[in-house]
Amino acid sequence: MSEQTEVVTQPEPAPEQRDRTVEQSSRWQQAMRDIVGGSAMISVLAVLLALIAGGILIAVTDARVQQTAGYFFARPGDMLAAIWNAVSKAYLALFRGSIYNFARDDVGSALTSLTDTLVFATPLIAAGLGVGLGFRAGLFNIGGRGQMIMAAAAAGWVGFSFNLPPVIHVIVAVAAGLIAGGIWGGIVGLLKAKTGAHEVIVTIMLNFVALYFLMYMLRTPGLLQAPGGNTPKTPPMEPTAIFPPLFPGHNVHWGFLTAIAATVYVWWLLNRSSMGFQFRAVGINPNAARTAGMSVSSVYIWTMTISGALCGLAGVNQVLGTVTSGFSSGIDAGIGFDAITVALLGRSRPWGIFAAGLLFGAFKAGGFTMQAAAQVPVDIVLVVQSLIVLFIAAPPLVRAIFRLPTPGTAPRRRVRASDRRAEKGAAA
Amino acid sequence: MASPFPHSRCACTRSGRRDAAPRLLVNTRTALLPPPRIGNMKLELRGITKRFGALVANDHISLTVEPGEIHCLLGENGAGKSTLMNVLYGLYQADEGEVLLDGEVQHFSGPGDAMAAGIGMVHQHFMLIPVFTVAENVMLGHEATKTGGVLDLDAAREQVREISARFGFHVDPDALVETLPVGVQQRVEIIKALSRDAKVLVFDEPTAVLTPQETDELMAIMRQLRDAGTSIVFITHKLREVREVADRITVIRLGKVVGEASPEASTTELASMMVGRAVDLSVDKEPPRLGEPVLVVDGLSVADATGQVHVDDVSFEVRAGEVLAIAGVQGNGQTELTEALLGLQPHVKGSITLDGREIVKRGVRKILDAGVGFVPEDRTEDGLVAEFTIAENLMLNRSTGEPFVRFGNLQLGFRDDFAREKTKEFDIRAQGIDSLAGRLSGGNQQKVVLARELSRDLRLLVAAQPTRGLDVGSIEFVHSRIIQTRDAGIPVIVVSTELDEVSALADRIAVMYRGKIVGIVPGDTPREVLGLMMAGETPAGAGEAA
Repeated sequence: MSEQTEVVTQPEPAPEQRDRTVEQSSRWQQAMRDIVGGSAMISVLAVLLALIAGGILIAVTDARVQQTAGYFFARPGDMLAAIWNAVSKAYLALFRGSIYNFARDDVGSALTSLTDTLVFATPLIAAGLGVGLGFRAGLFNIGGRGQMIMAAAAAGWVGFSFNLPPVIHVIVAVAAGLIAGGIWGGIVGLLKAKTGAHEVIVTIMLNFVALYFLMYMLRTPGLLQAPGGNTPKTPPMEPTAIFPPLFPGHNVHWGFLTAIAATVYVWWLLNRSSMGFQFRAVGINPNAARTAGMSVSSVYIWTMTISGALCGLAGVNQVLGTVTSGFSSGIDAGIGFDAITVALLGRSRPWGIFAAGLLFGAFKAGGFTMQAAAQVPVDIVLVVQSLIVLFIAAPPLVRAIFRLPTPGTAPRRRVRASDRRAEKGAAA
Repeated sequence: MASPFPHSRCACTRSGRRDAAPRLLVNTRTALLPPPRIGNMKLELRGITKRFGALVANDHISLTVEPGEIHCLLGENGAGKSTLMNVLYGLYQADEGEVLLDGEVQHFSGPGDAMAAGIGMVHQHFMLIPVFTVAENVMLGHEATKTGGVLDLDAAREQVREISARFGFHVDPDALVETLPVGVQQRVEIIKALSRDAKVLVFDEPTAVLTPQETDELMAIMRQLRDAGTSIVFITHKLREVREVADRITVIRLGKVVGEASPEASTTELASMMVGRAVDLSVDKEPPRLGEPVLVVDGLSVADATGQVHVDDVSFEVRAGEVLAIAGVQGNGQTELTEALLGLQPHVKGSITLDGREIVKRGVRKILDAGVGFVPEDRTEDGLVAEFTIAENLMLNRSTGEPFVRFGNLQLGFRDDFAREKTKEFDIRAQGIDSLAGRLSGGNQQKVVLARELSRDLRLLVAAQPTRGLDVGSIEFVHSRIIQTRDAGIPVIVVSTELDEVSALADRIAVMYRGKIVGIVPGDTPREVLGLMMAGETPAGAGEAA
């Protein structure tokens, strides 16, 4: 080739370009994978850090601490004592309200706190599993709220308007809720698979659609509005449709068992089933999954359907277990969003989510006691919850604070090198 | 045909290389040469040690590069060459040892310091902004301005013209970088380094993206720079290039200098120094026992979503028992062609028949089930799920039916037995079948992919860049497996940009250029002819020209 004269004018041969509908792993996906794939240690440390930060907030907002701070240099002991008092009182109240109320006389009523925690935890676990399943397949389901609302509407409607035998009524109502949630989630998967619409945008928008649809139904007699009422509220559930209590005298109901069952199911799905194998493969590397003959589209559709059904289970638990006297448009109680936190804290592992759901249930149950007994605003609990997410979303921060090694870099090289050495040794 | 370097042109290239006592010659030559801006600089690395955790990537490496010599740093992937150069370039800080320029100890806290001290780097992946012009790229990072902060593009243009005139680069300062061929883009990188008065130039695997002709041109440029007094560090693992251009060779293995070699050393000597044992670079193979055509591609065209055609009316057939190699410079449609064979490309025209059955638009699943084995060119992106274990990756494309799945349940016992058997059979070195694929070395990753594909009932094997980035040992293994597959009567398509690999494996060679097959020639076609075909010449024309 007679070089320089022609090369300058010669255009580059077809640039390497891939025609693929699956987005290449973007920074956003990478960040999400880091968050989801973090170690259990990060989760535990994040909770610890958040509790410490919460303690600081409690101390700073406490009147006695503020007062003693005025003469800190004269008598520092006063302020330290005041801080200890305020923080320990608040966290003890949290413990009393969520796990074991040692102020009560008998063990049964002392454990009421724990059963309250389980009641609060049930929908959090269910919806957390839904969001977490989405994460594992690389999908960010922010639509828990909408899926819960649609499921609550369906289950609630079955619950108050049908007359069925006791056990069957519950089962039919649960099934209706799961189907409604599944369809509401499945729509998102379908749109993503067929048109490439981004699931985050679609789920957010469908949340609004579901909310206003519910409000419309609640105001329309003959749909969900209680007959003869003016308020946008449904009639109470039929007794046959309500989850029976697990133990007499406690709030915890059979819904908690559905949360356990859902956890076992998701564990099986992700770790033991062919479908879950494909979910995970697509979640980590859609290109490799496609090259291996998996249908990325159908994985998206199925993941969102099952994810929606799990969030739907949370909605079902709300109407058949917690708010059985008829519900209004606030039925989702923010659980759809808390579920994202729960899924992150549980690192999208089924039993991790279960544990995270219990923790958040405990925060909810204990928060009220804390407010009542220690005059610490319940908002502190919300701040602590938010801080947990913040710390989990910033693993490098947690690692820096506790001086943990950065995973991936050094060990990875080490494995590679030792491996190589072994190769050489064996070959020689 | 047995040697992978069947057509080495040592005789003619050696004449261009200077022999002993390079320093003396340099001084006289530089005295005669016009360029005033390139000075002489002696680079010394003394006892450089760099650790990553427990791994010692560089273990007391000492190296001296005299002014005006081409010093080759030869070593396998992962031997520590790039780490060493990153230390030199200020990207890493050495744990021990020092960098000296002209006898003075240097402390680089970043590439900026290294550049200021006169070290330039031509990276394997060009650090150019495609939508900028040559002049804009050259001034990037040290933009000269006129009053009012206006960019002084004229100065940059003048600089590009001056440097390219001096070395005969013929680079237009106003050309957009993205419109330039890869070889010219590389020259822009060189100009960029020279424009900052680089006295030591580091070339990091520079020939990976070039055609054989462009490679020869690059070597000529390197010689020219050397003669002008520039010290050149040439990092590579390609023995042919080393022997052709190096004045001195330092071989690195596992982070240590194993010795210096003279450029007269034979490729076998160099290879065994590099690997630490004797290696056989040739592939032993019998003449092919040809069977019926199994894969017939007729009039295949592949376009992308924007309508740009990447594969243009390609027809060929592959018979049972032969290896058809598809050669060509990267980006001439090979990727799209192999993906179309597997059903990964959506916009396909024409026909592909396997055993007489049409497989175009059948979907990846069905094509895999029909017996197509696929080794993707980017194994980490398309071949493996990095965060899956070896066992999971070995069942990646059989996740829907027997024997790995029964009634929707993964058969974990079967999967693990299978994985244990295959790691043994394919010599996959890892702590266990539960090691994550992403933590394996490139060679072992490729063995996982091969084990998965070759364990199925194949009717066709498509291997795209099967040995890219692998060490010599793994290359031997992959090549022998490919030939075994061929000898078992399975047609094999090998896509490779390495002519050595193409010549070693192929029974027939199809050369692609801009989406078309320029010609299909016998496996023992001389590399000069192949090189010309890779630049678009027809086989007849190329034969004459060569």
